[in-house]
Amino acid sequence: MKTAAKQENFNYRLWRYDGAPGELIPLLQSAQEHFGYIPRRAINYIAGVTAIPESDIYGVITFYSQFRLQPMGKYVIRVCAGTACHVSGAKLIRETVEDELGIEVDGTTEDGLFTLNTVACIGCCSLAPVIMVNNDTHGSLTPASVRKILRNYRKKASANTDSIAVTVESV
Amino acid sequence: MKKIVVGMGTCGLSAGAQAAYDKLSVLAAAHPDVCMLTRTGCIGMCYREPLVEVRDGDSRVFYGGVTPESAEEIFSKHVLGNEVIDNDNLVYACWPDGSTCGSESDFLDLQERIVLRNCGTINPESIEDYENAGGYQGVRKALTEMTPSRIIQTIKDSGLRGRGGAGFPTGLKWSFAAANEGEQKYVVCNADEGDPGAFMDRSVLEGDPHAILEGMIICAKAIGATFGYIYCRAEYPLAIHRLEIAILEARERGYLGTNIIGSGFDFDLKIKQGAGAFVCGEETALFASIEGERGMPRIRPPFPAEKGLWQKPTNNNNVETFANVPWIICNGAEAYTAFGTEKSPGTKVFALAGKVVHGGLAEVPMGTTIEDLVFKIGGGIKEGKEFKAVQMGGPSGGCIPAHMKDTPVDFESIPATGAIMGSGGMVVMDEDICMVEIARFFLDFTQKESCGKCTFCRIGTLRMLEILERLTRGEGEPEDIDKLEKLSIQIKEASLCGLGQTAPNPVQTTIRYYLDEYKAHIFDKKCPAGECQALVEFYIIPDKCVGCTLCAKNCPVDAITGKVKEVHVINIETCVNCGKCITSCNFGAVVTR
Repeated sequence: MKTAAKQENFNYRLWRYDGAPGELIPLLQSAQEHFGYIPRRAINYIAGVTAIPESDIYGVITFYSQFRLQPMGKYVIRVCAGTACHVSGAKLIRETVEDELGIEVDGTTEDGLFTLNTVACIGCCSLAPVIMVNNDTHGSLTPASVRKILRNYRKKASANTDSIAVTVESV
Repeated sequence: MKKIVVGMGTCGLSAGAQAAYDKLSVLAAAHPDVCMLTRTGCIGMCYREPLVEVRDGDSRVFYGGVTPESAEEIFSKHVLGNEVIDNDNLVYACWPDGSTCGSESDFLDLQERIVLRNCGTINPESIEDYENAGGYQGVRKALTEMTPSRIIQTIKDSGLRGRGGAGFPTGLKWSFAAANEGEQKYVVCNADEGDPGAFMDRSVLEGDPHAILEGMIICAKAIGATFGYIYCRAEYPLAIHRLEIAILEARERGYLGTNIIGSGFDFDLKIKQGAGAFVCGEETALFASIEGERGMPRIRPPFPAEKGLWQKPTNNNNVETFANVPWIICNGAEAYTAFGTEKSPGTKVFALAGKVVHGGLAEVPMGTTIEDLVFKIGGGIKEGKEFKAVQMGGPSGGCIPAHMKDTPVDFESIPATGAIMGSGGMVVMDEDICMVEIARFFLDFTQKESCGKCTFCRIGTLRMLEILERLTRGEGEPEDIDKLEKLSIQIKEASLCGLGQTAPNPVQTTIRYYLDEYKAHIFDKKCPAGECQALVEFYIIPDKCVGCTLCAKNCPVDAITGKVKEVHVINIETCVNCGKCITSCNFGAVVTR
């Protein structure tokens, strides 16, 4: 989805809010889709419209692993830590990514290019060990192949530097 | 007219199905009179993806590992030239007389497909395909010919048990919700498949979404519900996308909405995306999440059949359970009980993964042995290694050791081993897997996913995790095993929901079957499987080392010596077991022993 469409979706959802219960999580999901994370001002905004206390909203955000309060990198790497990946050497893959990028799990590189996360299972167990970079899945990895993949993304980013900056927009 | 079908589930797409599809669509467009190209979900042979099937009347030929180049060959030789290409790509062929051949015929021939009846066969984004395969006949029968009590009786007679893990009789569950009076009742489908290592619900959602809608409509009629929710995890974007399409199509055709197919019955439903919390697989936590709150379980009673979602009578079933329902309504309870065992009738879908040759989905009658699943369907252990255990039921389950491989998989035999049926994830482990480390892995998962409501689950799992981490670091103490066993019992008894009540299972089963390994970690400070990093010795295989010096450069304690283009050696006296050399080696020359 284009950013404009995402913003419309978030604003539209807020505008449409009629007090029906159960809307908080979809609202937060569209906020995250729009901003890439949930900034403080989005929480203020949702609280103002829904009259749900900010503390309750914060409680919901921190309960679910999908929501993030910090901006993310251009490429979000999710190393699968499911059982099948675990027995096929996911730890080694995670350590290689950490070493290559110089960050730890949940960290973002200084240039805003990569964020490293782990995920419980992507459901590609037969291709273990697996990582996802944004929406692309890479399977049957070795330390050497994962380094190569990351370097390719870095190359791709430096080829079009204009889009590296992390988008931090206001409502 | 031939039909070319490309498997485009998540597994197919990540193996490169899109490239094969794009290539074939160009070729097929040039020959519209010879063939038509379509897509399908996962057929279960994830290990041979991307799969391309050429269907001609009753004959079906599957090619695996298809690249754009081999797609071109398949098109020119098989589709245009009618010649079956008999090389490594050919995985399975099924002829009109019923005979089969191909390298993977064991994998498919031993299966009985009820839940997966349409997966890998129909185009999941087309309601016509589903209807042509007999779809929505169950809804027609249930809504026009059957009373709610007869629907429930049929499900009861079929003996269908909840496929989400606990195995509660589905017909009985429906009768509770039907018996409770209420203006508004709900049907909820639990598609929050959270067990790491299980992916059958994903494949059904992606491969046959209408079957789930159909099951839910029949259930709604049986219990008198008018609205439903499908709670699907956000990590399954393709499943959500296909469900959305299916719901729109079903509304257009009059299977959802008011006055469904002219029967006077109203029902509609909505997808709710999960936001990433394992505990939301527990039904009361799932309801809390749909209501927009932190997904924490509630005290039962009142049970959901009485006060569930929004405090209204609710029936909640798993994806696989709902997918069974239309088949049972169409074919009758007796046809269903012909499969499986007396107390666990029907079939079960298993997700085979881990160190097994054929990783993928397999649907077999209940009561099939673990040995048949792992060796006949699964094709045995990778690299010819020794079979050590299967892990069933994910973080709530346990490890069943190799010597119990003749255990039948059903709702009676599996719990007797200390594991659980769970949703059907079956992770196969070989001799290189350390059981203490596996227990630590699962505890790490449940500890992070505990919602924090019950003290024993919140803090008890952390204490257990700390002990297990100590063991894997070689800092175990003699009384640790007793402590783990005591904590296991306490957590099970003092937790409100299934997460806490089952969290100690991986530890209890590994202590029960692999006590020697625990003792080796504690007393000998050794990891017999050679997996726990702190307890092993790092070693460079001379034949694989090319002398690139990368490992030596990365070693923080200068424990690696060697010259350029010469074999390097690790000095184990200096080595601190950090593992930097393994991750930096491009040739896989550094190993542990």
